[in-house]
Amino acid sequence: MQIEARGWGWRHAGRHKQAVSGLDLQIEPGERVLLLGASGAGKSTLVHALAGVLGDTEDGDETGSLLIDGRRAAEARGRVGLVLQDPDSQVVLARVGDDVAFGCENLAVGRTEIWPRVRRALVEVGLNLPLDHPTGSLSGGQKQRLALAGVLAMQPGLLLLDEPTANLDPGGVIEVRDAVVRSLDHSGATFVVIEHRVEVWQDAVDRVIVLDPAGGVLADGPTREILASQGERLAQAGVWVPALPPRFPVRHPIGNPHTLLRAEGLAVGRVPFGRRAASVVADGITLSVDAGTATVVTGPNGAGKSTLALTLAGLLKPAGGTLHASDSFAAGIPNEPHRWRSRQLLTRIGTVFQDPEHQFLAATVRGDLAIGPRALGQSAAEQTSRVDELMHRLRLDHLADANPFTLSGGEKRRMSVATVLATRPRLLVLDEPTFGQDSRTWQELVILLAELLDEGTALVAVTHDAEFVSALADKEYRLGTPITLGVAQP
Amino acid sequence: MTPSIRPSVVARLNPVAKLAVALIVSCALLLSIDWVSAGVALLLEAGLLVWCGLSARQFWLRTAPVWIAAPMASITTILYGEDSGAMLWQFGFISVTEGSAQLGLAIGLRVLAIGLPGIVLLATTDPTDLADGLAQVLRLPARFVLGGLAGLRLVGMFIDDWHSLGLARRARGVGDGGGLRGAARRFFGPAFSLLVISVRRGSKLATAMEARGFGSDEPRTWARPSRVRVADAVLVAIGFAIAGVAIGVAVWAETWSFILA
Repeated sequence: MQIEARGWGWRHAGRHKQAVSGLDLQIEPGERVLLLGASGAGKSTLVHALAGVLGDTEDGDETGSLLIDGRRAAEARGRVGLVLQDPDSQVVLARVGDDVAFGCENLAVGRTEIWPRVRRALVEVGLNLPLDHPTGSLSGGQKQRLALAGVLAMQPGLLLLDEPTANLDPGGVIEVRDAVVRSLDHSGATFVVIEHRVEVWQDAVDRVIVLDPAGGVLADGPTREILASQGERLAQAGVWVPALPPRFPVRHPIGNPHTLLRAEGLAVGRVPFGRRAASVVADGITLSVDAGTATVVTGPNGAGKSTLALTLAGLLKPAGGTLHASDSFAAGIPNEPHRWRSRQLLTRIGTVFQDPEHQFLAATVRGDLAIGPRALGQSAAEQTSRVDELMHRLRLDHLADANPFTLSGGEKRRMSVATVLATRPRLLVLDEPTFGQDSRTWQELVILLAELLDEGTALVAVTHDAEFVSALADKEYRLGTPITLGVAQP
Repeated sequence: MTPSIRPSVVARLNPVAKLAVALIVSCALLLSIDWVSAGVALLLEAGLLVWCGLSARQFWLRTAPVWIAAPMASITTILYGEDSGAMLWQFGFISVTEGSAQLGLAIGLRVLAIGLPGIVLLATTDPTDLADGLAQVLRLPARFVLGGLAGLRLVGMFIDDWHSLGLARRARGVGDGGGLRGAARRFFGPAFSLLVISVRRGSKLATAMEARGFGSDEPRTWARPSRVRVADAVLVAIGFAIAGVAIGVAVWAETWSFILA
């Protein structure tokens, strides 16, 4: 399918700024395009428009024209396939086969033709599962391949991917990328992908288009050329350009790091909804968490990394073994972190959750940052000075009165770290802090964490990010293959 | 949130037929409040529940709410229901008469006779099959049926979100203390966050569904046929039979009291 934009623009209803404006471009049938640009350049808006899911005049104002094979993009819905970023919110039905068939049904494909298409699509994405396999028990990478299969079964002439691998572990990223390339070789469909990790797709595409946040196209051409000429500029805008990796900070280790927490034969697990006993996801864990030291927890999906982090953070009760806080760390309260009161955790352990939205409590950035200091009983003046200092350090000043839920992905991450730093905890626990972040946010975060380490803060981070490990880790604790739990009951 | 359903005779029946049976029996029992009709219906249902394909543990777990609700409703009616007939026991405002005792028994049996088959039929029904049946057999709008089905899948995620929100509040220093007001804040605070997160998730799911051609006015096909077979007709006939026998016996025993009369 051919794409043609002539002076195209879109303004979301209720916004002043154009999401996209003055866009002129042409993409020929069968071309494979990587779409880049700073955050806010309108990449997602363009891709949503091409998929026909941007809505109508109620949802925004359109200018110019955006045509697919000479027809309005909105009319091409169904002939264009779109895979989005979040694996969890793309699964429609409870069984694998039904989910893949969903798109075909909507296109009114005959029943006798649907099932062969479903089987072919599942083979193409390498998902060798029975058709009645429950979708709830799939991993992130499998869910994304399932979404891809659902789209491929519709036999689209144009395949659109909006950061399809941002939420996946490295294994999942390769799985999805290879499945896409395989199916494109087979179908010859036109292909447009948004992804700020250039490395993943650079060999799979033959053209790069860079959108300009000020409107229109900034650069357009063969992959190699564009990365060479625009690399510097793209890297500054947060794109991960392979030739220009972010710099690692220089560390100044503190002498004689004392131990804060010690886990011995620790078993971790969560109590499932409606049950009494925890189901153990990892056990036999022995490690120590030391001041000024970064401990990273790595391992495959489902190995229990997050559960371990939440247990070390004193939020979950150990399912077995011991977790012991040193006397100097506990400072006069019991030595088991899970028995500490919520307020006692504040100055001891700060936890940054994988999903920043889970930890937002107030209606403004300023109000949210003040919650910790207030809970500690600090005076209004102390609270204000701490909050101002943090907002400045994490570049949130201009957002002081914004609602945390309305921030961008990178801003939310910085904000979630700031809320925790507000009470100066001696141990910082982070769950996938760099997940889906652009290179700029990544760099800032790593520098900030290195500074905290140099000041003597202990760090525990769960991560899939190999660069993060190289940049900061003093110790790596690798959780092995997950304990087999059978098919998870969603 | 999808229940694991064991293959059984009942699990293979068309969900629409099951829904019809539950409705037929409920409607018949709602026409009168007497203990005979409810008792007869319950007795006949008990014979059928044996074949429902649920294990004993599953059965008692799923139906526990009904077993709790029935005696509660019964006792409340016995103690506070409209008095008639001989006085059996009195204490202050509370009085138990022959009439209120009978009414209490009738209400308790009714809750069981309506609740048990409803829950058991639902527990042996796959939501996807129910949606297929509603759309293909009853011709309900696909947009409505499939939207509801997809939404159901989000419920499981709400539970995870709720759990994470609770942990996050503990981590942020507001997870305990504050007495009753603190407890209220701990409930309503995350409830608002959950609402925001759920709406966000819901709209993402809606976009993903739209991107796969859902929601246009064009006709769609159904990959899984939902057919009404002989067994389904038999089930509906059994439903009518239970309703008929229950009403018949009650009329014969002269306990039937038509509520609209």
